[in-house]
Amino acid sequence: MIAEAGLAALWFAAALCGLQLMFGIFAIRSGREDISSAVRPIAIVQGLLTAIAFAMLIWLFLRTDLSVELVAANSHSAKPWLYKFAGAWGNHEGSMLLWVAVLAVAGALVAIFEKRLREQTLIATLAAQAAIGLGFYAFLLFASNPFARLDPAPAQGQGLNPLLQDPGLAFHPPTLYLGYVGISVAFSFAVGALVTRDVDAAFARAMRPWVLGAWIFLTLGIAAGSYWAYYELGWGGWWFWDPVENASLMPWLAATALLHSVTVLATRDSLRAWTIMLAVVAFSMSMVGTFLVRSGVLTSVHAFAVDPQRGAFILGLLILYIGGALALYGLRIGTVREGKQFEPVSREGALVVNNLLLSAILGIVLVGTLYPLGVEAVTGEQLSVGPPYFNSTAGPLALVLVAVMAFGPLLRWRRDDWRALIGRVSLPILIAALALMVLVFLVSPIGILPMLGLILAAGIAAASLAPLWKRNLRRTPLFTYGMVIAHFGVGVALAGMAFESAFTEEVLVAARPGETYQVGPYSVRFDGTEPVAGPNWTAIEGRLSVTRGSGSAITMRPQARMFASPETETSEAAIRTAWNGQLYTVLGNGDSEGRWQLRLWWKPFVTFIWLGGALIALGGLLALIGRVRRERKAIARELYA
Amino acid sequence: MKQFVIWVPLALFAVFLGIAATGLIAPRDSVIESQMIGEPVPQFALAPSLPGRPGLTSADLATGEPRLLNVFASWCVPCIAEAPQLMQLRRAGVAIDAIAIRDRPEDVAVFLSRYGDPYERIGADTDSRVQLSLGSSGVPETFVVDGQGIIRHQHIGDIRAEDVPALLAALEAAR
Repeated sequence: MIAEAGLAALWFAAALCGLQLMFGIFAIRSGREDISSAVRPIAIVQGLLTAIAFAMLIWLFLRTDLSVELVAANSHSAKPWLYKFAGAWGNHEGSMLLWVAVLAVAGALVAIFEKRLREQTLIATLAAQAAIGLGFYAFLLFASNPFARLDPAPAQGQGLNPLLQDPGLAFHPPTLYLGYVGISVAFSFAVGALVTRDVDAAFARAMRPWVLGAWIFLTLGIAAGSYWAYYELGWGGWWFWDPVENASLMPWLAATALLHSVTVLATRDSLRAWTIMLAVVAFSMSMVGTFLVRSGVLTSVHAFAVDPQRGAFILGLLILYIGGALALYGLRIGTVREGKQFEPVSREGALVVNNLLLSAILGIVLVGTLYPLGVEAVTGEQLSVGPPYFNSTAGPLALVLVAVMAFGPLLRWRRDDWRALIGRVSLPILIAALALMVLVFLVSPIGILPMLGLILAAGIAAASLAPLWKRNLRRTPLFTYGMVIAHFGVGVALAGMAFESAFTEEVLVAARPGETYQVGPYSVRFDGTEPVAGPNWTAIEGRLSVTRGSGSAITMRPQARMFASPETETSEAAIRTAWNGQLYTVLGNGDSEGRWQLRLWWKPFVTFIWLGGALIALGGLLALIGRVRRERKAIARELYA
Repeated sequence: MKQFVIWVPLALFAVFLGIAATGLIAPRDSVIESQMIGEPVPQFALAPSLPGRPGLTSADLATGEPRLLNVFASWCVPCIAEAPQLMQLRRAGVAIDAIAIRDRPEDVAVFLSRYGDPYERIGADTDSRVQLSLGSSGVPETFVVDGQGIIRHQHIGDIRAEDVPALLAALEAAR
């Protein structure tokens, strides 16, 4: 019954979605208020129904209802409850339901909370959101039904991919999807504005909180995914330029650019056409990413639903939505009035440079991700594009971007003077120069990129705080604090990346029990191995006695795990976190002579990468709260005026 | 000029669609052809793996008749799984030689007495050097070598019952 209820909720939601689209179009054409007033409630109920459908799926997984095909294929009664719960979205159908639920709930939230947008544009926005929704409902109901029954029901389920049996699964996909799909709101805003030709500062102020909200989740989702891959895959790396990582990075790059250009539009009424373009591009990147992951045209660790037919379906949706939006853009943008002009040396000018650099990085990542596909289409040759390409092309641009970030917030809107600017940035430049001297004198030679990274990290950390300099800190608006913290977070993350790539120590040995190895500040003694068992796995567990300096020994236990259902081996790294870095240990295979492969890494300040990510998201959150509060006050003032 | 720029994103998207559609339509081919197909067996001379049995040299493989060359090891579990299929091929009159990888004579003897012995000659490749020169990266693998000593087919992994007809066909084609 639960499955049927979920399916029914989904069908009703799809029907309401169709109604929302029709009413929206009709309301805009006829201008009838009785019809346009129905659009908001429809959007809200639609969001509610998909949320119910998703809750039903979670319930089925928690009960391990094996008469449902999806549960039988991806769950197992012996699994801990957390993975039953999270297993609901650890598969193609369930994650597509999550996709649709986020899409519909985002639409509902716009219907409930959006008060600033002109009514016509809001209706057009909700109609656009419904148009996207309709296609994905069709995909879900006709090509990926999560509630399909299995008759007869099997006695036991097949279990969840052991790599996914980790608390990370409970957190990473939902967060990422909230951002990934939440950015659809910006897309719909852009389409709505193109339909009503209503692009101005007020539109930008209305759109900004939605972009910020999606961007915060996207940031958190990417940072969480990076940390998950870091400790779960046991390779010690934190970013692999895997096509799916790129698929989440590309919308983030576009959304970051959009976040900055929408500020220019909101403050100075400039960059109208460009902002609309970015809003379209950001969600287009989400859809392209979904296509790349689900169609199996690219191979990746995430490709869990390799199915060309589903790929063709999604490709059809891409043609409809991205093609449609870009065509609408081409037809309409010429009729949107041009925004205000500005001087090159100004806050706007710096933000344009920010946008150009972010777009260039986006282009580089997109080309690198699609290049193997393009080459195969033309010559039939199979190849892959790896970190050397991305690091050597996107890396320097990212560093330039960070350098611009140091200056940008210190520039005034409209027009500024170079000499005055240099006065304002002299302190960060001084700190960066000091960092350079310290690096040159104290540290063994390191690569040029990590070196620049460390210098810039020091510079940006100082420069990011400069906007607070000589200000009344209690009267400084919350969103300024948000910007300061987010930019400071970039410096922290950059420092972590540079430290990790420059100073990581690695020891790879075939260890006999009793042998001791030195890695970083730690001395690690291998005490042998023992078999251990968990709820649905058995493992060989290594025992390592770890001491730092004259401190007392602690025990670290890296495992090589064997899961029973499905039969898979995974490596569980044991990680020891200190204030200045992490000791990362992995147990490999044993040989016939009683030796065990051990991999030990000392990664100084590696945690700064994710700490920085969290700070960036926190900055976004403060900016969001600050902006929403100020808008509320503005609305209240208008009401009393 | 301005008018032209507006349509650039759509044009780029069309290029992406072209690439993506080709990627979807192109058949997924998961089989990687070995570079060694069509090449003569590399020169080698391996000592016997079992005392009293002949070793294996590359000259032994060019006998005028197609043969199978099985790369195996007594410590390899899939090799146990494919043993019945090798015996079946042997009974069908196929000549089979073998290379034992990183193995000890007593282990090989136990393995053959337990799971059957379809081999004419067994060479001992104690450091995997010949295996690597053949372009084989694991055990078990099986090569079809024609009468002139040229590699015609490479089977990676254990020979399942359903693989036997394809191997017989490859042997026939190598004639």
